Amino acid sequence: MEKVKVIVGLGSCGLAAGAGKVYDKLKAVHDAKILGFDLKKTSCIGMCYREPLVEVIDKSGSYLYGEVNEAKLEEILEKHIRNHEPIKEYVVKTEMFETADSSFFEGQVKIALRNCGYIDPESIEEYEAREGYKAIKSITENKLTPQDVIKTILDSGLRGRGGGGFPTGLKWKFANNNKADQKYIICNADEGDPGAFMDRSVLEGDPHSVLEGMTIGAFAIEASEGWIYCRAEYPLAIKRLNIAIEQARNRGYLGKDIFGIQGFNFDIHIKEGAGAFVCGEETALIASIEGQRGMPRKRPPFPAEAGLWRKPTNINNVETFANIPWIVNKGAAAYAAYGSERSKGTKVFALTGKIKHGGLVEVPMGVTINDIVFKLGGGITDDKKFKAVQLGGPSGGCIPEHLGHTIVDYDSVNATGAIMGSGGMVVMDETTCMVDIAKFFLNFTRKESCGKCTFCRVGTQRMLEILERITEGKGKESDIDTLQELAYQIKDSSLCGLGQTAPNPVLTTIKYFRNEYEAHIKDKKCPAKNCKPLLTYTIIPDLCTACMLCKKVCPSKAIDGEKKQPHFIRQADCIKCGACFSKCKFKAINVE
Amino acid sequence: MRITRIKKEKVVEESATVDLSLMDPIIEKYKFYKGNMIPLLQHTQELYGFIPRGAFLKLEKETNLTLSDMYGVASFYAQFRLKPVGKHIIKVCHGTACHVQNANVITEAIQEELGVKDGETTADGLFTLESVACLGCCSLAPVMMIGDETFGKLTEKSTREVIRNMREKEKGTPCKN
Repeated sequence: MEKVKVIVGLGSCGLAAGAGKVYDKLKAVHDAKILGFDLKKTSCIGMCYREPLVEVIDKSGSYLYGEVNEAKLEEILEKHIRNHEPIKEYVVKTEMFETADSSFFEGQVKIALRNCGYIDPESIEEYEAREGYKAIKSITENKLTPQDVIKTILDSGLRGRGGGGFPTGLKWKFANNNKADQKYIICNADEGDPGAFMDRSVLEGDPHSVLEGMTIGAFAIEASEGWIYCRAEYPLAIKRLNIAIEQARNRGYLGKDIFGIQGFNFDIHIKEGAGAFVCGEETALIASIEGQRGMPRKRPPFPAEAGLWRKPTNINNVETFANIPWIVNKGAAAYAAYGSERSKGTKVFALTGKIKHGGLVEVPMGVTINDIVFKLGGGITDDKKFKAVQLGGPSGGCIPEHLGHTIVDYDSVNATGAIMGSGGMVVMDETTCMVDIAKFFLNFTRKESCGKCTFCRVGTQRMLEILERITEGKGKESDIDTLQELAYQIKDSSLCGLGQTAPNPVLTTIKYFRNEYEAHIKDKKCPAKNCKPLLTYTIIPDLCTACMLCKKVCPSKAIDGEKKQPHFIRQADCIKCGACFSKCKFKAINVE
Repeated sequence: MRITRIKKEKVVEESATVDLSLMDPIIEKYKFYKGNMIPLLQHTQELYGFIPRGAFLKLEKETNLTLSDMYGVASFYAQFRLKPVGKHIIKVCHGTACHVQNANVITEAIQEELGVKDGETTADGLFTLESVACLGCCSLAPVMMIGDETFGKLTEKSTREVIRNMREKEKGTPCKN
């Protein structure tokens, strides 16, 4: 009889949720040989909201257990592994029966994430067993030319997954057209968007797919050196990449005359980023690899002509590279069969925020935002009212609930004023203040502005000051107009994408939530009850039991009241800390 | 803007405990390497936890790098520190997902517990509090990272507990700084 397989998801999220302890315990049981089963590791399965995840594969099929702790693990070991009885109520995914979480996987198509959660990322054998390195081998065995490969990628309609959406095949063509003694191919893994972690998951879960994608790219543009520019904040991704590169070198997949082609030399190095959001911009990233401050420079010349060390250079994002081997294997038509008219294939989204099923999802382009939020995501936490999704991070914008039918493809999302970005999708509910969100993103871009262009450097600072005063109740009627004017000036006069898109969060929130701005400015109220200086705390006398708890906890002694006497908050002394609100057990404190 | 980080500060003499000869192997390795500045600074920081003034001077003497370029780079990137840090660095995530799940409350709670502001180190040299942009564990928001360990789904209460427990553990173990 075949042994039962037990697989533990050990991605960064899983480890943070305690998967390491679960693995250690399983390892101890495994090594003691009390129970016979094979123990394996994998990376992110995508179901972050149920981490830690443990998959048990027995002769009847696969059962994925969610939120596994030590107690649950004991039960699983006893009932499922010893007595072969799956514990239905803990299973989150199986083909045997419906679970409460089945909807999370419905409609997902895994191309970039095809191996994530299935293979041990530290094993090249497991990658090869799932068509790994087959694409590059078929290119060399069938004696395809770089032009053939570029044509396949062009025909597939793949567009840059880093956010810009520039056709990948076209980019490769430009880099191929520029002849030089040395060319470079760079993988942009400087995933700096707050709220996005798909690149990290690919690097941690399937590093070889990125290496293979880069090797195919190097073949197509005739580059001999590759760089992966990875955030230093992703230590696990860097570790697994290093292991993967070493394995590929040992197999002869990287190095001199690889895959039996004379003169096909290609090797990959890792460059750890030092923490600067602007380095996601191509020319700034190149400056950073060269050891300089990560400041963008004027284009043209584009990197395809003069990039790293002034040599022709091609830069693609992690997810883009992960798609490449699949496209070469299955053909351009198979990829283009997914998606909308002008955006082909699939896109990975990091679904986070006020959502029940947060995690990593990969869907065909062209599904609607509502589908993602309500079908895959399972709706809003605590069934509150859906307000907006934020797409594209600090460069993107908020798409309101009434545009939930918008399909996700580059052009439709751009039409709303947001951008697709790298795929961070943060869901917001009625308790999220849109002015505060705009302030949050602007504060981020202000800090991250490299300081080269005046409008980006000073303009973002001025816009932030205006937003700060609005959220403090000191806004002026003219502020909305001033914000818009400044926003367009920053967009027009910045050199790189950071400045050109920095005002987007403000512009889209003004466009769709102007009433919230006006409520802050004119009525001095925050409709989402989020901006503390605009709140008023009062005690509802009918609900107050005079327990004196709030009086005790008030740091500014602003509450009057004796036993058996309803309490009262003196507004002049109230510092609006909310301590009384969180302490009151009788919901007698009203916030407005 | 990134260059606002440059502030005039009094030069504090570094204690003699910084052993600059530890840098010799990395200087040897990267001396003639194209684009060597960032790796040199990164490895220096790995050795000392920050980049001591003496290290800059040593690098200037022994490599082709200039002081102004190095200071420019070191002050540009968030990773580099020019001051010593505490034994434990507490990184509180302020990414979008954590922000909408009230990451501010977590930072405020730690500030109260430790009595330091964001970016500061406690007087006993045990803890440094930092805000970071995104740790990439958005589904577990709000999140903080202490050393290599990540703590997710934090509340004000659980945060205080984590800090107090670490404090408790540190009692009796003498601090190196």
